[in-house]
Amino acid sequence: MSYVQNTDRDRKEMLGYIGVSSFDELIEPVARELRVKGDLKLGLPMSEAEVVSHCAALARRNSPASEMASFLGAGIYDRYIPATVRYVLSRSEFYTSYTPYQAEVSQGTLQAIYEYQTMITRLTAMDAANASMYDAATSLAESLLMACAIKRTDRVLVPAALSQRIRRVLESYSAGRHITIESIPWKDDGTVDLDEAERLLSEKAAAVILAQPNYFGLLEDASAVSSLAHGKGALLIALVDPVSLALVAPPGEYEADIAVGEGQSLGIPQSFGGPLLGFMATRKEYIRKCPGRLISATVDSEGKRGYVMTLQTREQHIRREKATSNICTNEGLCALAAAVYLSTMGDDGFREVALQSAAKSHRLYEMLSGLPGVTLPFGKQFFQEFVVRFDGPASRFLSRAKKSGILGGVSLEDDFPELGKGAVLVAVTEKRSLAELELFRDIAAGKEVRV
Amino acid sequence: MSRTIFERFYEGKSGSFIPRNDCPVEGLDMLLTRKTPTSLPVVGEQEVIRHYVELASKNYHIDKGMYPLGSCTMKYNPVVNEEIAGLSGFTGLHPLQDETDVQGALQLIYDLESSLCEITGMDHFSLQPVAGAHGELTGMMIARDYFRDRKEDRKTVLVPDSAHGTNPASVVICGFTPKTIPSGDDGLVDIEALEREIDDKTAVFMLTLPNTLGLFEKEIKKIIGIVHKAGALVYMDGANMNALLGIVKPGDIEIDIMHLNLHKTFSTPHGGGGPGSGPVGVRSHLGDFLPVPRVLKEGERYTFFSDMEKSVGKVHAWYGNFNVLVKAYAYIIALGATGIREVAENAIINANYLMKKISRHYDLKYPGPCMHEFVASGRNLKQYGVRTTDVAKRLLDYGIHAPTVYFPLIVEEALMIEPVETEKKETLDHFADVMEKIAGEARNNPGILHEAPVTTPVRRLDEAAAARNPELCWPLENSE
Repeated sequence: MSYVQNTDRDRKEMLGYIGVSSFDELIEPVARELRVKGDLKLGLPMSEAEVVSHCAALARRNSPASEMASFLGAGIYDRYIPATVRYVLSRSEFYTSYTPYQAEVSQGTLQAIYEYQTMITRLTAMDAANASMYDAATSLAESLLMACAIKRTDRVLVPAALSQRIRRVLESYSAGRHITIESIPWKDDGTVDLDEAERLLSEKAAAVILAQPNYFGLLEDASAVSSLAHGKGALLIALVDPVSLALVAPPGEYEADIAVGEGQSLGIPQSFGGPLLGFMATRKEYIRKCPGRLISATVDSEGKRGYVMTLQTREQHIRREKATSNICTNEGLCALAAAVYLSTMGDDGFREVALQSAAKSHRLYEMLSGLPGVTLPFGKQFFQEFVVRFDGPASRFLSRAKKSGILGGVSLEDDFPELGKGAVLVAVTEKRSLAELELFRDIAAGKEVRV
Repeated sequence: MSRTIFERFYEGKSGSFIPRNDCPVEGLDMLLTRKTPTSLPVVGEQEVIRHYVELASKNYHIDKGMYPLGSCTMKYNPVVNEEIAGLSGFTGLHPLQDETDVQGALQLIYDLESSLCEITGMDHFSLQPVAGAHGELTGMMIARDYFRDRKEDRKTVLVPDSAHGTNPASVVICGFTPKTIPSGDDGLVDIEALEREIDDKTAVFMLTLPNTLGLFEKEIKKIIGIVHKAGALVYMDGANMNALLGIVKPGDIEIDIMHLNLHKTFSTPHGGGGPGSGPVGVRSHLGDFLPVPRVLKEGERYTFFSDMEKSVGKVHAWYGNFNVLVKAYAYIIALGATGIREVAENAIINANYLMKKISRHYDLKYPGPCMHEFVASGRNLKQYGVRTTDVAKRLLDYGIHAPTVYFPLIVEEALMIEPVETEKKETLDHFADVMEKIAGEARNNPGILHEAPVTTPVRRLDEAAAARNPELCWPLENSE
């Protein structure tokens, strides 16, 4: 294929107009010895039909979780995406538009993102939200840099029960700024050890990170962590699951200073972990310290309401050496997806998604309790994901489940060896049916299951 | 002005999107601790669609017309790529599925990395960074850990004043100190200034190639020699790589680290500002520092590999914006070797052709030849009281998106123009004609330009007021 429209005749005419005899002459500033000799080793061009069949064959080499009974979670969830989301996102007015630098011809994108910001502030009960970031991990890393800048200190406390993938992103972002990250251990029930947190806070810290629910799916005593952090002059950063916020207290209610999270659950396919949608919301006083894009309402020269990108002085555009954010490309289309998702679901639909996820996960928990060879180490204070421990290695259960068409969860053996062998993190979203839960139980009970 | 979605509220209900709950359970009270309502929009499905279709009608986009935005590289997005990226075999994958279930995805990642290595001459690529600036940041982390590993204390990064705006920001966020290197009168790196500033504290020289003036550094070999002699690394901002495709391989000229913007050079839609993808490439001496995991090929099998002691770690929770990678991959295999080179040739021819046409009415501080973009100046219109902003806004009235304006900072009243390779000669002629018409209006009737735009959904917006008093969300009390 070639997507170039100029013909040979066009090119000849254009070279003539420019005043050169050949393309080679035109690139005279590129010394000949620097130029590539011969063709790149990339193969022959393919027709559209060949591209489609080649890529479809690659896609067929995958077995997508979305087509199985998936109990995988750990940050990415198999949720139902209403058709409205795909319809709106597939309109080229949105997906082939650019960053809204010329606001007058980008009101569609700008208003949609402004409305997205509004929805995030309402879900989190915070004052303001930015217009999307890469993912939860980088949003949390950015919030950590932000907190250290606000508090002018370089120590932060994070829960030990945090996704190790997120933890590694925090570490790589912090290394350049010499930020020290210390872990708050968990108690036997899997939640933050408040006494340990208090001990760690005897030394000045910029922020305490609260994961709500935590990596094991458990709900923390957010207010207690919040008072502890504020009492010692640290900020509280809440890493939250947006769906859980339909039911549980949002960060604003326990006075978090910054709230971040992963928006993939809001209408974005799993896509092997990307693109995702990081969100960040904060209090009024920290807006100017907040990284990433912000959209504001304003008026045009006739007094008509309109929207613009604002506070770009925090960015690349001015005071380049003092920039507090390098975010330029953001996840605009993913923010749009979240806005369409939340608009479609509305209060009731969104609450139903959360309620069903909670109900089904708790139902499975009940079905598993008391089964021989199965332990539930952490109790029932969870939202939609919980830890189950099997006798024998996790892989044995997971491969048996897979034979029955079930993705049984995420093994915790490598990341959290202290949980012992056989620990699996199980997520149950609104998409799972009672029949699938029963199948899961039967496999966990060691029954021979044929599908 | 469109109503906000919150004003479309009516006493009705949203549709039903998920099946009835077949697992009711008791005892969820401990979860129900939210006190404030979520206050999401409550609108019917048809209203949702009408709302977003109304918003869509207020957007300019590449399928409607050209975007001559310098350095942003807004080219045609092949529609077939959307179809491919939408296959459930790609969108439905969970990142923690067994390797055996995702062999196609791993193969795609592996093959795309190999193609990018072939195109750039770098030895290794990581596809984990999800935006150009994210790639820059990752590149700086690689340099940081490289010098730490060598126990060298190098803290300064030299950045030419013609660099992209995100460069110094990425440098700062990574903990380095940026130092500006001025350009010479020819718009190229002032080599004497570079020699003066570089020392044993310099970690990286961060170069945009071709630079943001659209110029190729003629003395690139000499520049790289100076940097390497000082023991520092050369970083190349590859956002402008579409000018070099099939013409120069940065790895061959000993660039140490570079990033690519897949959404620019390899044509994936920008979606109102993202998602993007900013892979980072390095030569072999830096391979150990790339983010984990990497994808390896063992026989016919693809596996993840994370056991890299010197790795900078992770910059994204998973493997980057995989769905964007699918589109870039489809684009590269469609074009093949000859198509890839054709991109650069046509981008360069289009830019030089347009530059010459525009130069009849706008100043050119740095006359050509240029690469894929060039910077004109509207300073000759200042005598009529007309600024570059006015030219940009007037273009909107003529149904054309404005170029990048006031960037790079070193050109007065800058208009940074990049026609890209997919625009046809006729489109360029039309753009040049409109630019000529606007220059004429500036001379004869500057008022029209000050008033512009008049045909757009809103008139010129008060950005200063927004910055002074930002209104970042729709007030709750106005919602119902």
